[in-house]
Amino acid sequence: MWEYAPAPESRDIANLKPNYRMFSDGQFVEGTGEPLKTVNPATEEVLAEVSTASTADVDKAVKAARRAYDRVWSKMPGTERAKYIYRIARLIQERSRELAVLESLDNGKPIKESRDVDVPTAAAHFFYHAGWADKLSYAGYGPDPRPLGVAGQVIPWNFPLLMAAWKIAPALACGNTVVLKPAETTPLTALVLAEIIQQADLPPGVVNIIPGAGDVGASLVEHPDVNKVAFTGSTDVGKIIQRELAGTRKKLTLELGGKAANVVFDDAPLDQAVEGIVNGIFFNQGHVCCAGSRLLVQESVADELLEKLRVRVSTLRVGDPLDKNTDVGAINSREQLTKIQELVESGEGEGASRWTSSCPLPDKGFFFAPTVFSNVSQAMRIAREEIFGPVLSVLTFRTPDEAVAKANNTPYGLSAGVWTEKGSRILWMAQRMRAGVVWSNTFNRFDPTAPFGGYQESGFGREGGRTGLEAYLDV
Amino acid sequence: MAAPTTLPSALADAVRDESSLRRFLHGLPGVDQVGVEQRAAGLGTRSIKKASKLWAIDTAISMVDLTTLEGADTPGKVRTLAAKARRPDPERPDAPRVAAVCVYPDMVKTAADELKGTGVNVASVATAFPSGRSTMDIKLADTKFAVEQGAAEVDMVIDRGAFLSGRYGLVFDEIVRVKEACGDAHLKVILETGELVTYDNVRRASWLALLAGGDFIKTSTGKVSPAATLPVTHVMLQAVRDWHTLTGERRGVKPAGGIRTTKDAIKYLVAVHEVAGAEWLNNHLFRFGASTLLNDLLMQRRTQTDGHYSGPDYVTVD
Repeated sequence: MWEYAPAPESRDIANLKPNYRMFSDGQFVEGTGEPLKTVNPATEEVLAEVSTASTADVDKAVKAARRAYDRVWSKMPGTERAKYIYRIARLIQERSRELAVLESLDNGKPIKESRDVDVPTAAAHFFYHAGWADKLSYAGYGPDPRPLGVAGQVIPWNFPLLMAAWKIAPALACGNTVVLKPAETTPLTALVLAEIIQQADLPPGVVNIIPGAGDVGASLVEHPDVNKVAFTGSTDVGKIIQRELAGTRKKLTLELGGKAANVVFDDAPLDQAVEGIVNGIFFNQGHVCCAGSRLLVQESVADELLEKLRVRVSTLRVGDPLDKNTDVGAINSREQLTKIQELVESGEGEGASRWTSSCPLPDKGFFFAPTVFSNVSQAMRIAREEIFGPVLSVLTFRTPDEAVAKANNTPYGLSAGVWTEKGSRILWMAQRMRAGVVWSNTFNRFDPTAPFGGYQESGFGREGGRTGLEAYLDV
Repeated sequence: MAAPTTLPSALADAVRDESSLRRFLHGLPGVDQVGVEQRAAGLGTRSIKKASKLWAIDTAISMVDLTTLEGADTPGKVRTLAAKARRPDPERPDAPRVAAVCVYPDMVKTAADELKGTGVNVASVATAFPSGRSTMDIKLADTKFAVEQGAAEVDMVIDRGAFLSGRYGLVFDEIVRVKEACGDAHLKVILETGELVTYDNVRRASWLALLAGGDFIKTSTGKVSPAATLPVTHVMLQAVRDWHTLTGERRGVKPAGGIRTTKDAIKYLVAVHEVAGAEWLNNHLFRFGASTLLNDLLMQRRTQTDGHYSGPDYVTVD
């Protein structure tokens, strides 16, 4: 047997500090909320103490953003705004290794993903939107589309830096100022992004980053001087925000949960479909709102595909997120691990057949071995509820119509995948599946030029592409 | 069509006649180009360090088919190559021997005399290598001559013209006949993937060669660009893996041409390990067709054992 020797990335590269402070009005300041401790989910050790915002701090940050909006940012020509945004993009690239290691420490995702996906895609979002800043008149929203004002943004823990980039880049390009709250369990890379923003010499108050738990997010979205709310996270919280904002003039975009169907037809390129299924559900430990968590496979190839899938999943290396050869890292928190375990138990209880990779798991930290449920029916919880973990539910279908019916039989509608070598069938399926993103013969591919967003309980509004600008313009 | 080797019943139907063979090959699942290239690039980022790297280097050395296939080849050149094969690093006698020396048929006797009793095989290209453009009789005679001269392994080329025009039966028959002509010699079937171009073709040609009894499927002659690539090798490794799932039998894969560095070789070994499986990590089931690769492996081996780089002047150039 050929065992790969450990190939860990050095954690010193992360420049981890014992204390992190919030970023408000161009300065790092001590928040007056209860400080939080952020934990490395792979070892359960405390990484750093982070000061959080109180209601008064939220108010200060929003006021700073308002001042920056009125006095500087909304009046600045797009060509000038672009220079700042390009600078942020380049600085992210310069500090990419530091950001990648820090992201893996704080979030638990494997270094190969933070290094090859999260950080480069975050830089790409800034580059892409910097290009729009002086071309908004050509975006299709009238001759001189205006910004909205102050954007209050709340982001999740699954892609801490990348989600910050998705939110901040278009807001700045369109001339808005920002108050952003990173997730409670993963505030660190957003605060390094704040350093980068300071390094890029952005005018004070244009971007403010205020860590904290849900209550900080609530006071941010409720703040009367916020003009635009953008939220990525759970459907439950999304509903609360929508209720809260009803009747106000605040513009809202929500990017919520999903239970995506990955549909494999019998004429699919099977080996690559297996790759796509693996990438669809085990990428980022399945902590992906658009994860392909329901595999719908045509009955005539189900056995062959499942056999290949199990062989492939057995090769996934679960363990130290900083090891360059790790494929699946740590579950972000004990709370999330408990939720995954609970749903997996329900799957067994409801009669689905469980298969779990026999890969070794580390002794400490929050880990869950890649798991595939077959013989799943639509009635089971594991087919309906978002697990947000490395757990795949396999269902079968007989005809294209049945595939569409099953794929759409969910209150969500964020993403979907189609695997077939028949081009006409891809188009036929894409027209019928209620999902904001449909991937064909691939899965979980992200690009700043492509709009991303959902249907129904997966939210509304788009991020990325020309379409994504609409969320930050007064149109 | 010629009588194939004995096949399990699941596959016997596939080679009943030409139209069955065509249906079988065209019924194989397609290969998605973007997907297979993404997977190959992804596996290419594996980081192999320390003991696992030294193991990989030694394993790779033992898998090399040290090759010289030039019009300018002479007995002297072949003898020096054989010496290199016997003892790749004279100052480090613990360095493993290569798997084989690969030459043209008229050089087989020279190589065989040099390598007798060393455990290093003599491989010979045959069947009107590299183009394969000749008659069946000449190809068979070429093969028999190589084996008579002492080749333990024969690297044949398929008729790409016939394959690309859909005459699969012809290609199949040639492989079956050459395999018969080989006797006990192992047969490697060169698909010349650079001329087949698409991954779908590579998969079909791989299965065709496996059905016809090839012991190894080999990417290239080294005379056509592109020669071996990682994604092509992925497709071929998947084919031997699937063949094993169906038949319980393990066949080999040999990428050839263009693999020059240890770093490249390790990427191939990672692909062998994770696509075909750990059972394929030996020179009975995986080979590198290469000439310059060996010296880079030896230099990297010294770096691992000595703790510092030496240089190209410290390995022998033969």
